Amino acid sequence: MAFGRSSRKRRPVEPVTLKILVAGGFGVGKTTLVGAVSEIRPLRTEERLSEAGRPVDDLEGVEAKTTTTVAMDFGRITLREDLVLYLFGTPGQDRFWFLWDELSQGALGAVVLADTRRLEDCFAAVDYFERRAIPFAVAVNCFEGADRFPVETVQAALDLDPEVPVLLCDARDRPSVRDVLVAVVEHAMARADRLREPATT
Amino acid sequence: MSADSSRGAVSGTPAASASSQSSRWYDADAGPVVRPYAMTRGRTSSASRHRLDLIAIVIPEPAADDPGRDQTLSPEHVEIVELCSDMPQSIAELAAGLDLPVGVVRVLVGDLVEDELVHVTRPVPPAELPDVNILREVINGLRAL
Repeated sequence: MAFGRSSRKRRPVEPVTLKILVAGGFGVGKTTLVGAVSEIRPLRTEERLSEAGRPVDDLEGVEAKTTTTVAMDFGRITLREDLVLYLFGTPGQDRFWFLWDELSQGALGAVVLADTRRLEDCFAAVDYFERRAIPFAVAVNCFEGADRFPVETVQAALDLDPEVPVLLCDARDRPSVRDVLVAVVEHAMARADRLREPATT
Repeated sequence: MSADSSRGAVSGTPAASASSQSSRWYDADAGPVVRPYAMTRGRTSSASRHRLDLIAIVIPEPAADDPGRDQTLSPEHVEIVELCSDMPQSIAELAAGLDLPVGVVRVLVGDLVEDELVHVTRPVPPAELPDVNILREVINGLRAL
């Protein structure tokens, strides 16, 4: 098909597209993280927390947050003309979990963003990716005013496999987020290598 | 006119949310004038065999350049073809760009695939890992950011 009769316009290249998910508790900075590396303004549907949402969404520790992402939230990184990486922020609240299964289909890997003040918020995401064997890295978003813990403490608290990368990061900082994404892909690659080794073909 | 102006302003911008403090919804806050199911003529899935992935890229076919374009296409169909002619885009980007639900965009793109005006890339199938060489290129690309 690529060799078909050329039209007046140059035929566009057909890029390979990949996606990485960004998960974590409500208000942990997923949208910020996507925005830090995306070449497009993160596309999203944000709605102000309504009265109806208040009893459901526990704001303790994130009192300053007045909006929450209730729909998909994504960014794009064009690595090359023919290689595009999409980042999808998963909905922060448990009641939108039905959207996760679609998002995680074919995902290259995932970032679980954690806040040490509310570490339990990311248990569900860790559990989700472990069960589906989706490679993930845990990134601890270093909020101002939150205590800093060594990576080992977070690893133990989340009961992670030793090979799961745990990084401290600043979700607002592009180089910091880039390092997190590199860690996810490296982890995915290491795992792909391990899975391929037993094959004898 | 009304449909267009409402679609442009529907997204939950801070301004729109601020004005929704009262219990009534006016203008854009009340939602689109043309309801999503009307744009798809009531359909919730398209005729095409494969469910279109969020990151499937929609690429126009040469036929889409034809100025004597099919007059039966809806304005939304035409908008999709035009957006993709500028730059091939994913289903997710089209949905955000047109401010339409993803489900609606899937149906409309399915129509365009049927009419052979566009084709859609198939991303890496689920449960299949991308090639290690591709992963290596992703890492290199990220490091160069």
